[in-house]
Amino acid sequence: MNKLGQTPSQTIGPYFAYGLTPEQYKFDHKSLATPFLLDVKHNSKDLILLKGRVFDLHGAPVDDAMIEIWQVDQEGVFRTEPHEGFISIGRMGTGTVEGNLYEFTTCIPAPEKPGLAPAINMIVFMRGLLSHVYTRVYFDNLHMQGAQETVFFDF
Amino acid sequence: MNSSENKRDWESHPPLIAPGYKSTIYRGPSQPLIEVPELMKPGTGPIFGMESVSPLDHDLTKNGIKNGEPLGERIVVSGRVLNQNGQPLKNTLIEVWQANAAGRYVHKRDQHHAPLDPNFFGAGRCVTNDKGVFKFYTIKPGAYPWGNHPNAWRPNHIHFSVFGPNIGTRLVTQMYFPGDPLLDHDPIYLAVPEKSRERLISTFDLDLTEEGFALGYQFDIVLRGNHSTPFENE
Ligand SMILES: [Fe+2]
Repeated sequence: MNKLGQTPSQTIGPYFAYGLTPEQYKFDHKSLATPFLLDVKHNSKDLILLKGRVFDLHGAPVDDAMIEIWQVDQEGVFRTEPHEGFISIGRMGTGTVEGNLYEFTTCIPAPEKPGLAPAINMIVFMRGLLSHVYTRVYFDNLHMQGAQETVFFDF
Repeated sequence: MNSSENKRDWESHPPLIAPGYKSTIYRGPSQPLIEVPELMKPGTGPIFGMESVSPLDHDLTKNGIKNGEPLGERIVVSGRVLNQNGQPLKNTLIEVWQANAAGRYVHKRDQHHAPLDPNFFGAGRCVTNDKGVFKFYTIKPGAYPWGNHPNAWRPNHIHFSVFGPNIGTRLVTQMYFPGDPLLDHDPIYLAVPEKSRERLISTFDLDLTEEGFALGYQFDIVLRGNHSTPFENE
């Protein structure tokens, strides 16, 4: 079969909020993805807050980025519907929290494969970014022994 | 999963730094991306389907009505979401947002002194059917000025956010209109490699046009990879 060319990416621009993150930005439109992956009422013992900022070349915090996080749950399952208070995709713009933070309520996922460190996948969209970029967030818990044993150095 | 078929094709997508679009210079990563085989296990994703959308979500001519009809030229936009083998991607979420007929966004930050339309919100969403087809009704968006360079105007466009079967197929893009003279002057559009640019221009379609009601524009979207039935295991 003939291989079709990929539809090119374009920037999300500065005005995504009322379409993609409306509730966060106080528009009267339902949000499909929110900063809350873990429902605190259902499960608070595993809760983490994942906060951060996006900086440009000059070190200025970006106030119009949209961050998506995609992660499996603690059993390693991608939840397309809420399951025990957890859903696998979160989304937040950096324009509503003081200091231009993004701030997700979630849990530390199971590792993708045994022996790998757990990580949350992150996508960055913003004005000035013509194609979105992917990164991963790891966690700094120290494991002295076992499958997720932290790497220590000797010198 | 055949990973080579699933890579982002940088002959199709704009670079992260395109100096004609000034803010890419200080916002686009300057170091090369590090290649990894997969970001998530095959089969993980996506999340939104039919149950995500409300009845008026696909009709931007109605979902913002306060006291009358929105102003401007009614259009209907339809197309298929396909993988690179041309197979339809069903039950995939598309979110759209756009300026009104005067070129003004509802967004609080838009300070362009063109009028807001009390009856037009400008955001909607729809989900592809079993044939990968989506369709929504809206008002043709107006051009608007921006500060990139002197006398800079964005061509008429509708913003699209598309999911597809997994994290790799995620796409945010803009749909343009045929014959728009501003395209030749728009650094955002021109940042796309030349051979791929026209994929972003919808085509006028008389068959899609609804008599006495709305002009039809066709816009197909091709997501990377060859996954054909993302939801078959559910
Ligand atoms: Fe725009």
